[in-house]
Amino acid sequence: MVVHGAAAAAAPAKKGLWAWVNKRLPVSEFISEQLTGYYAPKNFNIWYFFGSLALVVLVLQLVTGIFLTMFYKPGELTSFDSVEFIMREVNYGWLIRYLHSTGASAFFIVVYLHMFRALLYGSYKAPRELLWLFGMAVYLALMAEAFMGYVLPWGNMSFWGAQVIVNLFGTIPALGPPLVEWIRGDYGIADATVNRFFALHVAAIPLALLLLVALHLVALRRTGSNNPDGIEIKEKLGADGKPLDGIPFHPYYTVKDVVGVGVFFVLFALIVFFVPTFGGLFLEAPNFEPANPLSTPEHIAPVWYFTPYYAILRAVPDQRLGALFMLLAVMSFLFLPWLDRSPVKSMRYRGWMSRTALALFTVSFVALGYLGLQPAEGLYVALARVFAVIYFLFFLLMPLYSSLDPVKPVPGRVTFHAH
Amino acid sequence: MTDHAALVTDEVDQSRRKFLTRATVATGALGAVFAAVPFIESWEPSERARAQGAPVMLDLSKLEPGQMATPVWRRQPIYVVRRTPDMVARVAGHDGDLKDPNSEHSNQPPYAKNPLRSRSAEYLVLIGICTHLGCLPKQRFEKGEIYPSWPGGFFCPCHGSRFDLAGRVFEGSPASINLNIPAYSYPNPTTLVIGQDEKGAA
Amino acid sequence: MRALLAVALLSAAMLGGGTARAAEEAAPVEADAKYGADWASWRASNDVADMPSVQRGARNFASYCMGCHSLKYEHWSRLGQDLSIPSALLIQDLLPPGDKTTDYILTSMPAADAANWFGKTPPDLSLMARARSRDYLYQFLTTFYVDPTRQTGANNLRLPVTAMPHVLSELEGLKAAVFRDVTKADGGHEQVFDHFEQLAPGRLTTAEYDGFVRDTVNFLDYVSDPSQTARRGLGLWVVLFLLVFTWLAWLVKREYWKDVH
Repeated sequence: MVVHGAAAAAAPAKKGLWAWVNKRLPVSEFISEQLTGYYAPKNFNIWYFFGSLALVVLVLQLVTGIFLTMFYKPGELTSFDSVEFIMREVNYGWLIRYLHSTGASAFFIVVYLHMFRALLYGSYKAPRELLWLFGMAVYLALMAEAFMGYVLPWGNMSFWGAQVIVNLFGTIPALGPPLVEWIRGDYGIADATVNRFFALHVAAIPLALLLLVALHLVALRRTGSNNPDGIEIKEKLGADGKPLDGIPFHPYYTVKDVVGVGVFFVLFALIVFFVPTFGGLFLEAPNFEPANPLSTPEHIAPVWYFTPYYAILRAVPDQRLGALFMLLAVMSFLFLPWLDRSPVKSMRYRGWMSRTALALFTVSFVALGYLGLQPAEGLYVALARVFAVIYFLFFLLMPLYSSLDPVKPVPGRVTFHAH
Repeated sequence: MTDHAALVTDEVDQSRRKFLTRATVATGALGAVFAAVPFIESWEPSERARAQGAPVMLDLSKLEPGQMATPVWRRQPIYVVRRTPDMVARVAGHDGDLKDPNSEHSNQPPYAKNPLRSRSAEYLVLIGICTHLGCLPKQRFEKGEIYPSWPGGFFCPCHGSRFDLAGRVFEGSPASINLNIPAYSYPNPTTLVIGQDEKGAA
Repeated sequence: MRALLAVALLSAAMLGGGTARAAEEAAPVEADAKYGADWASWRASNDVADMPSVQRGARNFASYCMGCHSLKYEHWSRLGQDLSIPSALLIQDLLPPGDKTTDYILTSMPAADAANWFGKTPPDLSLMARARSRDYLYQFLTTFYVDPTRQTGANNLRLPVTAMPHVLSELEGLKAAVFRDVTKADGGHEQVFDHFEQLAPGRLTTAEYDGFVRDTVNFLDYVSDPSQTARRGLGLWVVLFLLVFTWLAWLVKREYWKDVH
């Protein structure tokens, strides 16, 4: 039934403006290749909403961020006051600020759930290693962006958080202390620091983020999406050359993702309008006081999305080693595609060893996150050490348990229930 | 497991689909408009700007006859001229040389739509910004100061617009309307409030 | 669909809680022998939507706090607008003479002198309710006690060795803190707060003073976040709109996904 002339017959004659544009820009091709002609597995479940949600939050942060930049004045003497100016005197300034601060936390919630999906279904495994690495690069850039963004309001936690994190670089042998001074641009966290963080946060890192997200998406389109069964749908093609278990991204996943966006915004709006500080987790109380180099807040804690790594840092009794382990904790994710020796991708078909390992890792990550918010004393430190060990064992032992694990037979076609 | 494809589209109710899609897109578009409002509103003058733009008071007892004071209101110079009886007389007699002698096309509150363009004959209050392209006109109150028949008024150095002692624009000027008049009032005979009148604060 | 319903129910719960913010009952104020023993659990329990209370708090602030503390991020005109106080009353009752309604609320006490007299500059209070919490402020204003060892003659349980004198003593009266001796695990002794004892009455009864403090804290809560009432009001409509939109989007999704087998 498919004839060589089908391509010409399939594209309807283009008229007027549409034809004029398409002669000069591949719009029609883009739509048919990336949207109506891109086949995604039909068995996506709830874990597959978070990629599109991450894009939505990125756009939200860019728009609200640009508007904040119109009113914010970076500088030791002006930052804090300009944020209060936005909150009180700019029309709807309070809303733009809360959208941005909640958006930052929402970004990490979405990204962590997005990454968890990859762990659940082996989405980092071949041929998607580069997709995973670009994603990790986005994650790292995001952490830098969030850290610098938090310094900008120049509250007391902004100052002391910056102090602690920048001082971490001082643990690098030999290069450390001059590096710290170079980052700060002064002998302590100062005007120079907040100004350069502003430039990086507003211009440099967003550009890098956009580039990395674009590369992430291009890599995804190249390999196609994974799915909850971990089966490569391209291996079973129909008579029309399309995957039997695939459906066009548009309209099926565009309409489904809109529902996801709707639910996300309902929850997001509930937070923005009713609990924007989220009990001190999204906007920390000490940050409602201006930066005071002579007064450290009682408990210095980074924002919640950094606390798992912060807990690992504090669990190690040596400063230099603690910083090293914290770095290793973040970097470990990079090696997943090569640590994982399992013949199957999805947890659905893996054995008890992999499932237990992932469950323990997840519990540890969450527990470390909680412990990172607590003071570093007594039982909290002991528990942090235990969970830190489990955290690293997840990665270190993976080559072993992923190959020993008894796996279940993987079906030839995806499992799907109409909904 | 049969080798059927994922999609079966023979029993599609197209009209229901179209209706639902359109309803959702319409609602979404409405939502987008609502969402744009805070961002657009944020560009309106802030509370600080509005506070700084609050009405300005001037003590008139300090102004000598023939003199001009230039307080600033909403970042604009306001020319307050205490006209002498001679200056008041020189406002009349050259209506034929004016582009808009009765202020039909110019901007002023109702109480300034008269030949003297002011609430009282003695004081002239106008916004000292040329209605051509925004330069600040200079005072030339003396008769004959610029040319022999010059009755006195304002001269704009940028492109040569000329205005009389009621701020009305002369023919031959690049400006097309008379100098603008702000809202103002006199809470008492020696106090001028710029930016506030019977209608409240501007 | 179940997920959507859950989200809708959660929204309703949060909206219900959000629009009626004052939750718990205040701790009963009894002048018994053990008064103050549970001070650390006292809650402000204020409601910024209670306009008369916030207005009283504004008056309290102008009378008793503005001598040393500023609210430098708030315009008088904004106060008048949010608290429905006409300009004339604002100028007559609250504004310091000479200030314009468009000015920020500043204290007349020079900062340098204040630092000299008290040891530190009285902090600006615009954000104090958010930086420390409303409960903290309530506890701070109700746990002053007489302490002859200090220059100000006063001390505070919430903020020990505070530089602030007991400016409200004329209203609350004077009270002493009674400590009891406690033997620690390692054999050492420490003085632990036991209860308050009223030494001299103030112009207000205990209940009246409690109301005074609650109103003041309520006002400080408002000042720390003036847009909060508008925020919650707008939020209600935004969430309702989003629920409608999501429901419609879900209907579209369900319709299209009938194709997928």
